[in-house]
Amino acid sequence: MSQTRKEMLTDPLVDNNPITLQVLGICSALAVTSSMQVALVMTLAVTFVTAFASMFISMLRNHIPSSIRIIVQMVIIASLVIVVDQFLKAFAYEISKTLSVFVGLIITNCIVMGRAEAFAMKNPPVASFIDGIGNGLGYGLILMLVGFIRELFGAGSLFGITVFETVNNGGWYVPNGMLLLPPSAFFIIGLIIWAFRSWKPQQVEKREYKIQTVEAH
Amino acid sequence: MHDTDPQEKRSGLFRRFIDLPTDSVPKTIFVAVALCLVASMVVSAAAVSLRPIQAVNSLKDKQINILEVAGRYEPGVDVAAVFAEFEPRVVELASGTFADEFDAATFDDRAAASDPELSIALEDDPASITRQSKYVTVYLLRDATGAIDKLVLPIHGYGLWSTLYGFIALEEDGNDIFGLQFYQHGETPGLGAEVDNPRWKALWPGKRLSDEDGVLQITVDKTAPPAGADYHVDALAGATLTSVGVNNLVRFWMGEAGFGPFLSNLKSGEIS
Repeated sequence: MSQTRKEMLTDPLVDNNPITLQVLGICSALAVTSSMQVALVMTLAVTFVTAFASMFISMLRNHIPSSIRIIVQMVIIASLVIVVDQFLKAFAYEISKTLSVFVGLIITNCIVMGRAEAFAMKNPPVASFIDGIGNGLGYGLILMLVGFIRELFGAGSLFGITVFETVNNGGWYVPNGMLLLPPSAFFIIGLIIWAFRSWKPQQVEKREYKIQTVEAH
Repeated sequence: MHDTDPQEKRSGLFRRFIDLPTDSVPKTIFVAVALCLVASMVVSAAAVSLRPIQAVNSLKDKQINILEVAGRYEPGVDVAAVFAEFEPRVVELASGTFADEFDAATFDDRAAASDPELSIALEDDPASITRQSKYVTVYLLRDATGAIDKLVLPIHGYGLWSTLYGFIALEEDGNDIFGLQFYQHGETPGLGAEVDNPRWKALWPGKRLSDEDGVLQITVDKTAPPAGADYHVDALAGATLTSVGVNNLVRFWMGEAGFGPFLSNLKSGEIS
Protein backbone atom coordinates (compact mmCIF):
# COMPACT_ATOMS: atom_id res chain seq x y z
CA MET A 1 0.00 0.00 0.00
CA SER A 2 1.51 3.28 -1.06
CA GLN A 3 -1.13 5.33 0.72
CA THR A 4 0.06 7.57 3.49
CA ARG A 5 -1.73 7.43 6.83
CA LYS A 6 -3.34 10.80 6.17
CA GLU A 7 -4.70 9.56 2.88
CA MET A 8 -6.10 6.50 4.58
CA LEU A 9 -8.02 8.79 6.88
CA THR A 10 -9.25 11.33 4.31
CA ASP A 11 -9.72 9.09 1.29
CA PRO A 12 -12.96 7.50 2.54
CA LEU A 13 -14.51 10.91 3.18
CA VAL A 14 -15.17 11.74 -0.46
CA ASP A 15 -12.98 9.84 -2.90
CA ASN A 16 -13.73 6.37 -1.55
CA ASN A 17 -16.78 7.05 0.57
CA PRO A 18 -18.31 3.82 1.94
CA ILE A 19 -21.86 4.97 1.24
CA THR A 20 -21.64 6.94 -1.98
CA LEU A 21 -18.90 5.00 -3.76
CA GLN A 22 -18.75 1.58 -2.13
CA VAL A 23 -22.55 1.74 -1.57
CA LEU A 24 -22.33 -0.06 1.77
CA GLY A 25 -24.31 0.52 4.94
CA ILE A 26 -27.33 2.01 3.20
CA CYS A 27 -29.82 0.22 5.47
CA SER A 28 -28.76 1.95 8.66
CA ALA A 29 -28.31 5.23 6.80
CA LEU A 30 -32.07 5.14 6.15
CA ALA A 31 -32.99 4.21 9.67
CA VAL A 32 -31.01 6.49 11.94
CA THR A 33 -30.91 9.79 10.05
CA SER A 34 -34.24 11.31 11.06
CA SER A 35 -32.46 13.32 13.74
CA MET A 36 -28.88 14.58 13.83
CA GLN A 37 -28.22 13.61 17.42
CA VAL A 38 -29.04 9.98 16.73
CA ALA A 39 -27.01 10.08 13.52
CA LEU A 40 -24.03 11.43 15.45
CA VAL A 41 -24.16 8.68 18.08
CA MET A 42 -24.54 6.07 15.34
CA THR A 43 -21.50 7.56 13.57
CA LEU A 44 -19.40 7.33 16.72
CA ALA A 45 -20.56 3.77 17.39
CA VAL A 46 -19.84 2.60 13.84
CA THR A 47 -16.46 4.38 13.77
CA PHE A 48 -15.48 2.76 17.06
CA VAL A 49 -16.58 -0.69 15.94
CA THR A 50 -14.99 -0.44 12.48
CA ALA A 51 -11.68 0.84 13.84
CA PHE A 52 -11.30 -1.73 16.62
CA ALA A 53 -12.72 -4.63 14.62
CA SER A 54 -10.24 -3.88 11.83
CA MET A 55 -7.41 -3.59 14.32
CA PHE A 56 -8.14 -6.86 16.13
CA ILE A 57 -8.75 -8.74 12.89
CA SER A 58 -5.51 -7.36 11.49
CA MET A 59 -3.61 -8.48 14.61
CA LEU A 60 -4.94 -12.00 14.13
CA ARG A 61 -4.77 -12.03 10.36
CA ASN A 62 -1.87 -14.50 10.11
CA HIS A 63 -3.64 -16.96 12.39
CA ILE A 64 -7.14 -16.84 10.96
CA PRO A 65 -7.77 -20.06 8.99
CA SER A 66 -9.34 -19.13 5.68
CA SER A 67 -12.11 -21.70 6.08
CA ILE A 68 -13.59 -19.89 9.08
CA ARG A 69 -12.37 -16.36 8.46
CA ILE A 70 -15.83 -14.79 7.96
CA ILE A 71 -17.06 -16.36 11.20
CA VAL A 72 -13.98 -15.16 13.07
CA GLN A 73 -14.58 -11.64 11.77
CA MET A 74 -18.23 -11.80 12.77
CA VAL A 75 -17.39 -12.97 16.29
CA ILE A 76 -15.01 -10.05 16.79
CA ILE A 77 -17.44 -7.52 15.30
CA ALA A 78 -20.42 -8.88 17.23
CA SER A 79 -18.54 -8.79 20.55
CA LEU A 80 -17.53 -5.17 20.00
CA VAL A 81 -21.09 -4.21 19.05
CA ILE A 82 -22.51 -5.82 22.18
CA VAL A 83 -19.97 -3.94 24.29
CA VAL A 84 -20.94 -0.65 22.59
CA ASP A 85 -24.63 -1.43 23.09
CA GLN A 86 -24.09 -2.13 26.79
CA PHE A 87 -22.16 1.12 27.22
CA LEU A 88 -24.87 3.13 25.50
CA LYS A 89 -27.54 1.57 27.71
CA ALA A 90 -25.50 2.47 30.75
CA PHE A 91 -24.34 5.97 29.88
CA ALA A 92 -26.67 7.30 27.14
CA TYR A 93 -29.97 5.67 27.99
CA GLU A 94 -32.21 8.13 26.11
CA ILE A 95 -30.20 7.77 22.91
CA SER A 96 -29.98 4.01 23.21
CA LYS A 97 -33.78 3.95 23.45
CA THR A 98 -34.02 5.87 20.17
CA LEU A 99 -31.36 3.79 18.43
CA SER A 100 -32.87 0.60 19.88
CA VAL A 101 -32.31 -2.27 17.49
CA PHE A 102 -30.01 -0.36 15.13
CA VAL A 103 -27.02 -0.58 17.46
CA GLY A 104 -27.29 -4.36 17.31
CA LEU A 105 -27.59 -4.11 13.56
CA ILE A 106 -24.12 -2.54 13.32
CA ILE A 107 -23.06 -6.20 13.28
CA THR A 108 -24.64 -6.54 9.86
CA ASN A 109 -23.40 -3.16 8.64
CA CYS A 110 -21.54 -4.02 5.47
CA ILE A 111 -18.94 -1.30 6.09
CA VAL A 112 -17.47 -3.09 9.12
CA MET A 113 -17.38 -6.45 7.40
CA GLY A 114 -16.28 -4.93 4.09
CA ARG A 115 -13.27 -3.16 5.60
CA ALA A 116 -12.32 -6.24 7.63
CA GLU A 117 -12.34 -8.45 4.58
CA ALA A 118 -10.93 -5.98 2.06
CA PHE A 119 -8.35 -4.18 4.17
CA ALA A 120 -7.66 -5.58 7.63
CA MET A 121 -6.98 -9.14 6.43
CA LYS A 122 -4.04 -7.86 4.35
CA ASN A 123 -2.66 -4.90 6.30
CA PRO A 124 -0.95 -4.30 9.64
CA PRO A 125 -2.96 -3.29 12.73
CA VAL A 126 -2.20 0.44 12.86
CA ALA A 127 -3.04 0.96 9.19
CA SER A 128 -6.22 -1.08 9.64
CA PHE A 129 -7.22 0.98 12.66
CA ILE A 130 -6.78 4.22 10.71
CA ASP A 131 -8.64 2.78 7.75
CA GLY A 132 -11.49 1.87 10.09
CA ILE A 133 -11.63 5.38 11.55
CA GLY A 134 -11.56 6.88 8.05
CA ASN A 135 -14.39 4.71 6.80
CA GLY A 136 -16.43 5.30 9.95
CA LEU A 137 -16.04 9.03 9.43
CA GLY A 138 -16.90 8.76 5.73
CA TYR A 139 -20.06 6.93 6.72
CA GLY A 140 -20.70 9.55 9.38
CA LEU A 141 -20.25 12.44 6.96
CA ILE A 142 -23.08 11.16 4.78
CA LEU A 143 -25.18 10.32 7.83
CA MET A 144 -24.81 13.86 9.16
CA LEU A 145 -25.59 15.39 5.76
CA VAL A 146 -28.72 13.29 5.38
CA GLY A 147 -29.66 13.89 9.01
CA PHE A 148 -29.23 17.64 8.58
CA ILE A 149 -31.63 17.74 5.63
CA ARG A 150 -34.16 15.36 7.18
CA GLU A 151 -34.28 16.94 10.61
CA LEU A 152 -34.24 20.54 9.38
CA PHE A 153 -36.98 20.14 6.79
CA GLY A 154 -38.84 17.25 8.40
CA ALA A 155 -39.04 18.52 11.95
CA GLY A 156 -37.82 22.13 11.71
CA SER A 157 -35.01 21.54 14.18
CA LEU A 158 -31.31 20.66 14.38
CA PHE A 159 -29.95 18.50 17.21
CA GLY A 160 -33.40 18.86 18.75
CA ILE A 161 -33.14 22.66 18.87
CA THR A 162 -35.95 24.39 17.02
CA VAL A 163 -34.83 26.30 13.94
CA PHE A 164 -38.13 26.64 12.10
CA GLU A 165 -41.12 26.95 14.44
CA THR A 166 -43.56 24.31 13.16
CA VAL A 167 -47.27 24.85 12.67
CA ASN A 168 -48.05 22.17 15.28
CA ASN A 169 -46.30 24.31 17.87
CA GLY A 170 -47.87 27.54 16.74
CA GLY A 171 -45.18 28.62 14.26
CA TRP A 172 -45.19 29.14 10.50
CA TYR A 173 -43.29 26.13 9.15
CA VAL A 174 -45.26 23.23 7.69
CA PRO A 175 -42.87 20.29 8.10
CA ASN A 176 -42.38 17.83 5.28
CA GLY A 177 -43.49 14.63 6.99
CA MET A 178 -42.08 12.42 4.26
CA LEU A 179 -38.55 13.44 5.25
CA LEU A 180 -39.06 11.83 8.65
CA LEU A 181 -39.86 8.49 7.04
CA PRO A 182 -37.00 6.19 6.00
CA PRO A 183 -37.66 6.19 2.21
CA SER A 184 -36.81 9.90 1.99
CA ALA A 185 -33.19 9.00 2.81
CA PHE A 186 -33.07 7.06 -0.47
CA PHE A 187 -33.79 10.23 -2.42
CA ILE A 188 -31.33 12.29 -0.40
CA ILE A 189 -28.53 9.71 -0.66
CA GLY A 190 -29.26 9.43 -4.39
CA LEU A 191 -28.93 13.19 -4.77
CA ILE A 192 -25.69 13.19 -2.74
CA ILE A 193 -24.22 10.45 -4.95
CA TRP A 194 -25.23 12.47 -8.00
CA ALA A 195 -23.58 15.59 -6.57
CA PHE A 196 -20.38 13.71 -5.64
CA ARG A 197 -20.11 12.16 -9.08
CA SER A 198 -20.69 15.45 -10.87
CA TRP A 199 -17.93 16.95 -8.73
CA LYS A 200 -15.58 13.96 -9.20
CA PRO A 201 -16.44 12.37 -12.55
CA GLN A 202 -13.85 9.59 -12.03
CA GLN A 203 -16.30 8.04 -9.54
CA VAL A 204 -18.80 7.33 -12.29
CA GLU A 205 -18.91 3.61 -12.94
CA LYS A 206 -18.39 2.24 -16.42
CA ARG A 207 -21.56 1.13 -18.11
CA GLU A 208 -22.05 -2.61 -18.01
CA TYR A 209 -23.79 -2.52 -21.34
CA LYS A 210 -23.79 -0.36 -24.40
CA ILE A 211 -26.93 0.84 -26.04
CA GLN A 212 -26.88 -0.47 -29.58
CA THR A 213 -28.14 1.56 -32.43
CA VAL A 214 -29.93 -0.47 -35.04
CA GLU A 215 -29.46 0.80 -38.51
CA ALA A 216 -32.62 1.29 -40.47
CA HIS A 217 -32.84 -0.81 -43.57
CA MET B 1 -1.00 -12.32 19.56
CA HIS B 2 1.71 -11.36 17.11
CA ASP B 3 3.08 -12.66 13.90
CA THR B 4 4.96 -15.88 14.50
CA ASP B 5 8.67 -16.05 14.00
CA PRO B 6 9.62 -19.60 13.01
CA GLN B 7 13.18 -19.14 14.31
CA GLU B 8 12.06 -18.34 17.81
CA LYS B 9 12.04 -21.11 20.39
CA ARG B 10 8.53 -22.10 21.38
CA SER B 11 7.36 -23.94 24.41
CA GLY B 12 4.05 -24.91 25.98
CA LEU B 13 0.78 -26.11 24.50
CA PHE B 14 -0.41 -22.63 23.50
CA ARG B 15 2.73 -21.93 21.51
CA ARG B 16 2.53 -25.30 19.81
CA PHE B 17 -0.95 -24.49 18.56
CA ILE B 18 0.12 -21.03 17.42
CA ASP B 19 2.91 -22.58 15.36
CA LEU B 20 0.64 -25.01 13.54
CA PRO B 21 0.01 -24.28 9.87
CA THR B 22 -2.86 -21.76 9.79
CA ASP B 23 -5.17 -23.81 7.61
CA SER B 24 -4.71 -27.12 9.42
CA VAL B 25 -7.71 -28.65 11.19
CA PRO B 26 -6.28 -28.48 14.76
CA LYS B 27 -5.34 -24.84 14.29
CA THR B 28 -8.79 -24.03 12.93
CA ILE B 29 -10.44 -25.63 15.95
CA PHE B 30 -7.95 -23.94 18.28
CA VAL B 31 -8.57 -20.48 16.82
CA ALA B 32 -12.35 -20.96 16.93
CA VAL B 33 -12.36 -22.12 20.56
CA ALA B 34 -9.85 -19.53 21.78
CA LEU B 35 -11.62 -16.66 20.04
CA CYS B 36 -15.03 -17.68 21.34
CA LEU B 37 -13.65 -17.95 24.88
CA VAL B 38 -12.04 -14.52 24.78
CA ALA B 39 -15.06 -12.90 23.09
CA SER B 40 -17.52 -14.40 25.56
CA MET B 41 -15.42 -13.22 28.49
CA VAL B 42 -15.27 -9.67 27.12
CA VAL B 43 -19.01 -9.57 26.42
CA SER B 44 -20.05 -11.01 29.76
CA ALA B 45 -17.64 -8.75 31.65
CA ALA B 46 -19.19 -5.70 29.97
CA ALA B 47 -22.75 -6.91 30.52
CA VAL B 48 -22.29 -7.85 34.16
CA SER B 49 -20.29 -4.81 35.19
CA LEU B 50 -22.67 -2.34 33.53
CA ARG B 51 -25.95 -3.99 34.58
CA PRO B 52 -26.41 -2.02 37.84
CA ILE B 53 -26.06 1.31 35.98
CA GLN B 54 -28.48 0.15 33.29
CA ALA B 55 -31.06 -0.93 35.85
CA VAL B 56 -30.84 2.49 37.51
CA ASN B 57 -31.36 4.19 34.12
CA SER B 58 -34.35 2.10 33.23
CA LEU B 59 -35.95 2.63 36.64
CA LYS B 60 -35.25 6.35 36.54
CA ASP B 61 -36.82 6.62 33.09
CA LYS B 62 -40.03 5.03 34.36
CA GLN B 63 -40.03 7.21 37.46
CA ILE B 64 -39.56 10.37 35.39
CA ASN B 65 -42.60 9.38 33.33
CA ILE B 66 -44.69 8.84 36.45
CA LEU B 67 -43.61 12.23 37.78
CA GLU B 68 -44.34 13.89 34.45
CA VAL B 69 -47.83 12.49 34.12
CA ALA B 70 -48.61 13.55 37.69
CA GLY B 71 -47.25 17.04 37.03
CA ARG B 72 -44.38 16.69 39.51
CA TYR B 73 -41.47 16.72 37.07
CA GLU B 74 -39.23 19.65 36.33
CA PRO B 75 -35.83 19.33 34.69
CA GLY B 76 -33.16 18.95 37.33
CA VAL B 77 -35.31 17.67 40.18
CA ASP B 78 -34.06 14.78 42.29
CA VAL B 79 -36.15 12.09 40.64
CA ALA B 80 -35.74 9.48 43.35
CA ALA B 81 -36.64 11.93 46.12
CA VAL B 82 -39.81 13.18 44.40
CA PHE B 83 -40.76 9.66 43.42
CA ALA B 84 -40.56 8.64 47.07
CA GLU B 85 -43.73 10.75 47.61
CA PHE B 86 -45.61 8.21 45.51
CA GLU B 87 -46.99 5.08 47.09
CA PRO B 88 -46.76 2.11 44.73
CA ARG B 89 -49.45 -0.53 45.29
CA VAL B 90 -50.36 -3.70 43.43
CA VAL B 91 -54.04 -3.88 42.46
CA GLU B 92 -55.99 -7.01 41.63
CA LEU B 93 -57.97 -5.85 38.62
CA ALA B 94 -60.93 -8.25 38.86
CA SER B 95 -61.85 -7.34 42.44
CA GLY B 96 -60.47 -3.82 42.31
CA THR B 97 -58.71 -4.21 45.66
CA PHE B 98 -55.11 -3.93 46.75
CA ALA B 99 -53.20 -7.19 46.51
CA ASP B 100 -50.72 -6.75 49.31
CA GLU B 101 -49.25 -10.23 48.91
CA PHE B 102 -47.02 -8.68 46.23
CA ASP B 103 -44.28 -6.22 46.97
CA ALA B 104 -45.14 -3.23 44.80
CA ALA B 105 -41.54 -2.06 44.70
CA THR B 106 -40.40 -5.17 42.87
CA PHE B 107 -43.56 -6.42 41.13
CA ASP B 108 -43.04 -6.56 37.35
CA ASP B 109 -46.30 -5.99 35.46
CA ARG B 110 -44.86 -6.93 32.09
CA ALA B 111 -43.37 -10.17 33.34
CA ALA B 112 -46.69 -10.95 35.05
CA ALA B 113 -48.58 -10.45 31.76
CA SER B 114 -46.71 -13.38 30.22
CA ASP B 115 -46.90 -15.59 33.32
CA PRO B 116 -49.83 -18.04 32.97
CA GLU B 117 -50.32 -18.02 36.76
CA LEU B 118 -50.67 -14.27 36.96
CA SER B 119 -52.41 -13.38 33.72
CA ILE B 120 -55.41 -14.20 31.57
CA ALA B 121 -55.73 -14.61 27.81
CA LEU B 122 -58.18 -12.02 26.58
CA GLU B 123 -61.05 -13.00 24.31
CA ASP B 124 -62.53 -9.53 24.05
CA ASP B 125 -59.35 -7.62 23.37
CA PRO B 126 -59.94 -4.11 21.95
CA ALA B 127 -56.48 -2.92 23.03
CA SER B 128 -54.83 -5.89 21.21
CA ILE B 129 -52.62 -6.93 24.09
CA THR B 130 -53.41 -10.70 23.90
CA ARG B 131 -52.66 -11.39 27.58
CA GLN B 132 -53.51 -9.18 30.52
CA SER B 133 -51.89 -9.37 33.93
CA LYS B 134 -54.38 -9.96 36.73
CA TYR B 135 -52.30 -7.70 38.96
CA VAL B 136 -51.06 -4.23 38.07
CA THR B 137 -48.88 -1.70 39.88
CA VAL B 138 -50.50 1.69 40.46
CA TYR B 139 -48.95 4.77 42.04
CA LEU B 140 -50.83 6.85 44.59
CA LEU B 141 -49.94 10.39 45.51
CA ARG B 142 -51.35 11.42 48.89
CA ASP B 143 -51.85 14.94 50.23
CA ALA B 144 -50.80 16.15 53.67
CA THR B 145 -53.81 14.56 55.39
CA GLY B 146 -53.07 11.15 53.86
CA ALA B 147 -56.05 11.21 51.48
CA ILE B 148 -55.44 10.23 47.87
CA ASP B 149 -54.61 13.28 45.78
CA LYS B 150 -53.74 11.67 42.46
CA LEU B 151 -53.67 8.19 40.97
CA VAL B 152 -51.21 7.11 38.30
CA LEU B 153 -52.40 4.03 36.40
CA PRO B 154 -50.36 2.15 33.78
CA ILE B 155 -52.03 1.59 30.40
CA HIS B 156 -50.91 -0.05 27.21
CA GLY B 157 -52.30 -1.18 23.88
CA TYR B 158 -51.64 -1.44 20.19
CA GLY B 159 -51.59 1.60 17.92
CA LEU B 160 -50.64 1.38 14.26
CA TRP B 161 -47.18 -0.22 14.37
CA SER B 162 -46.42 -0.80 18.00
CA THR B 163 -47.67 -1.29 21.52
CA LEU B 164 -47.92 2.05 23.28
CA TYR B 165 -46.99 1.96 26.96
CA GLY B 166 -48.00 4.85 29.13
CA PHE B 167 -49.61 6.20 32.26
CA ILE B 168 -52.86 8.00 32.91
CA ALA B 169 -53.08 10.25 35.96
CA LEU B 170 -56.48 10.77 37.59
CA GLU B 171 -57.66 13.22 40.24
CA GLU B 172 -58.70 11.98 43.67
CA ASP B 173 -62.28 11.25 42.50
CA GLY B 174 -60.96 8.63 40.03
CA ASN B 175 -62.89 10.24 37.22
CA ASP B 176 -61.24 13.52 36.23
CA ILE B 177 -58.17 13.11 34.07
CA PHE B 178 -55.05 14.95 35.19
CA GLY B 179 -52.77 13.81 32.40
CA LEU B 180 -51.83 11.09 29.95
CA GLN B 181 -48.43 10.18 28.65
CA PHE B 182 -46.81 7.38 26.71
CA TYR B 183 -43.24 6.45 27.53
CA GLN B 184 -42.62 3.79 24.93
CA HIS B 185 -44.01 3.38 21.44
CA GLY B 186 -42.91 3.04 17.82
CA GLU B 187 -45.54 5.08 15.99
CA THR B 188 -44.82 7.03 12.78
CA PRO B 189 -42.59 10.05 13.46
CA GLY B 190 -44.43 13.27 12.74
CA LEU B 191 -47.85 11.56 12.65
CA GLY B 192 -48.67 8.90 15.24
CA ALA B 193 -45.65 9.88 17.32
CA GLU B 194 -47.41 13.19 17.92
CA VAL B 195 -48.94 11.40 20.93
CA ASP B 196 -45.79 12.80 22.55
CA ASN B 197 -46.54 16.35 21.42
CA PRO B 198 -47.12 18.53 24.51
CA ARG B 199 -49.91 20.35 22.67
CA TRP B 200 -51.85 17.13 22.19
CA LYS B 201 -51.14 15.88 25.70
CA ALA B 202 -52.47 19.21 26.98
CA LEU B 203 -55.92 18.26 25.62
CA TRP B 204 -56.29 15.57 28.30
CA PRO B 205 -56.28 17.40 31.62
CA GLY B 206 -59.79 18.24 32.79
CA LYS B 207 -61.52 15.58 30.71
CA ARG B 208 -63.74 13.06 32.46
CA LEU B 209 -63.89 9.28 32.14
CA SER B 210 -67.53 8.52 33.02
CA ASP B 211 -70.73 10.58 33.17
CA GLU B 212 -72.93 10.99 36.30
CA ASP B 213 -74.55 7.58 35.68
CA GLY B 214 -71.15 5.89 35.75
CA VAL B 215 -71.17 5.09 32.03
CA LEU B 216 -67.69 5.24 30.47
CA GLN B 217 -67.87 8.09 27.95
CA ILE B 218 -64.27 9.13 27.23
CA THR B 219 -63.38 8.93 23.53
CA VAL B 220 -60.55 9.94 21.26
CA ASP B 221 -62.28 10.81 18.01
CA LYS B 222 -62.45 13.37 15.23
CA THR B 223 -65.85 14.59 16.40
CA ALA B 224 -67.26 15.07 19.87
CA PRO B 225 -69.60 12.34 21.14
CA PRO B 226 -73.20 13.11 22.26
CA ALA B 227 -71.98 13.13 25.85
CA GLY B 228 -70.16 16.39 25.17
CA ALA B 229 -66.75 17.94 25.02
CA ASP B 230 -65.87 16.98 28.60
CA TYR B 231 -65.56 13.38 27.47
CA HIS B 232 -63.83 13.98 24.16
CA VAL B 233 -60.20 14.31 23.14
CA ASP B 234 -59.60 15.39 19.56
CA ALA B 235 -57.93 12.70 17.42
CA LEU B 236 -54.44 13.31 16.02
CA ALA B 237 -54.45 14.75 12.51
CA GLY B 238 -53.06 12.29 10.00
CA ALA B 239 -52.85 9.47 12.53
CA THR B 240 -56.27 7.83 12.44
CA LEU B 241 -55.11 4.35 13.42
CA THR B 242 -52.91 5.54 16.27
CA SER B 243 -55.85 7.63 17.55
CA VAL B 244 -58.17 4.64 17.31
CA GLY B 245 -55.58 2.60 19.20
CA VAL B 246 -55.31 5.21 21.96
CA ASN B 247 -59.10 5.41 22.15
CA ASN B 248 -59.39 1.63 22.45
CA LEU B 249 -56.67 1.24 25.02
CA VAL B 250 -57.88 4.08 27.24
CA ARG B 251 -61.46 2.78 27.14
CA PHE B 252 -60.26 -0.79 27.73
CA TRP B 253 -58.13 0.07 30.77
CA MET B 254 -60.68 2.45 32.25
CA GLY B 255 -63.49 -0.06 31.62
CA GLU B 256 -64.72 -3.11 33.51
CA ALA B 257 -61.92 -5.36 32.23
CA GLY B 258 -59.34 -2.82 33.39
CA PHE B 259 -59.42 -0.45 36.34
CA GLY B 260 -63.26 -0.13 36.39
CA PRO B 261 -63.75 -2.14 39.63
CA PHE B 262 -60.82 -0.39 41.29
CA LEU B 263 -62.14 3.06 40.39
CA SER B 264 -65.67 2.25 41.58
CA ASN B 265 -64.26 0.95 44.87
CA LEU B 266 -62.38 4.19 45.15
CA LYS B 267 -65.50 6.28 44.49
CA SER B 268 -67.56 4.33 47.03
CA GLY B 269 -64.82 4.79 49.58
CA GLU B 270 -64.16 1.07 50.01
CA ILE B 271 -60.48 1.63 49.42
CA SER B 272 -58.49 4.70 50.13
